[in-house]
Amino acid sequence: MQAAPAPTLMDSAGVWAALGEIPDPEIPTISIVDLGVVRAVDLSDEAVSVELLPTFVGCPALEVIRAAVEDRLAGVRPRVDVAFSFAEPWTTERITDRGRLGLIAGGFAPPTPGGPSRASSPIVPLDVAVTCPTCGSRRTRLDNVFGPTLCRSIRYCLDCRQPFEGFKVV
Amino acid sequence: MTAGGGLPTPAREGLEALLLALADDELVIGYWDSEWTGIAPMLEEDVAMTSLATDELGHARAFYTLLGELTGRDPDAIAYDRPADAFRHARIVDHPRTDWAFSIARRWLYDTADAVRLEALASSSYLPLAELVAKVRREERYHVMHADSWLRRLAGSDAVARGHLERAWTMLIDDGPGVFAPLPGEAALVESGILPVAMDELAGRWIAQADAVAADLGLTRPRPSTTASRARSRLDHSADFEWLWTEITSVRKLDPAATW
Repeated sequence: MQAAPAPTLMDSAGVWAALGEIPDPEIPTISIVDLGVVRAVDLSDEAVSVELLPTFVGCPALEVIRAAVEDRLAGVRPRVDVAFSFAEPWTTERITDRGRLGLIAGGFAPPTPGGPSRASSPIVPLDVAVTCPTCGSRRTRLDNVFGPTLCRSIRYCLDCRQPFEGFKVV
Repeated sequence: MTAGGGLPTPAREGLEALLLALADDELVIGYWDSEWTGIAPMLEEDVAMTSLATDELGHARAFYTLLGELTGRDPDAIAYDRPADAFRHARIVDHPRTDWAFSIARRWLYDTADAVRLEALASSSYLPLAELVAKVRREERYHVMHADSWLRRLAGSDAVARGHLERAWTMLIDDGPGVFAPLPGEAALVESGILPVAMDELAGRWIAQADAVAADLGLTRPRPSTTASRARSRLDHSADFEWLWTEITSVRKLDPAATW
């Protein structure tokens, strides 16, 4: 009788796929990969290293995301290193098209695309039309650029009369 | 293993002082403004102040983390395990939140000064700092927008609102340049490019900006602080700050070894 084949070591594509199964801690309809939080994955025989970008520096969910990545990749290699870095700033432009659809499915308005990409631009335009994720109307208003989390603003739809949250452009 | 191993001692000491100043400024204003939670004049400002304060505390933690990487110390220990007189925040954030106009005027004066400081540090030769600053600046934009909007709202309102704002502006305007108080080891910082622009020049840029806005709104014009008052700015703390220090260190003191 043949011995069972040795288990195949997960490759880079496999790690990215595994990370794609990890949802944002608050928004189950978007993964951390589609949120643009995962910057890089490095694999050797001894270790898998994941580099994450903080969405907002003060985000309280960062440690939850780190723990979720460590848990998901446990056993993939003898050592699992997960670290946050500022090698480049996380911006809302990193959210993928699939991620944007996931945000809408979760009841959130995605960030206005093409926002000011240079940090030196001193203002972020607020008078932009945002589509209601519930009914699709563009008759919405901004009630508060700040919201219950660092990444979201509070908006209201004048047609379906639902409040909703939209991602802050950063 | 600590970071910054290649830095000569004067530049390294200057960098530690700079990071501590950045971190302490953000920590202290973050805690003061967090007090508005539950009691802000409007519900939406309750949400705004909480969000702003959370941003500031997050920025503080990130600066303490950079300092921890240089010194080999835990960031929480750096922040909380020291006496009140070891804090190095600028006097402008030393004051309690006082009233709404005071908090708004203080946020405007501090956040615009911070923006001038961060703009210079964006090209710091110390890469970990330049990278963090690039991220922090993107978030701080919303802070200045909020403060500016409220400053104009109060200035353009009735005599009661303008009176509160004028009083606050008069009390705070001399403290603004203290954000740019000369740091120990600053010469080495400038020479090494860690601080690309000297604090003196940054103070001048900020004073010009504050002066222009004050003129635009018809507020009392700022008078630049003397060098002496700028030098003492990060060393003198009020009884109000002593009270805050007791509050913010009280939980950790219950059990310094606790893990969460």
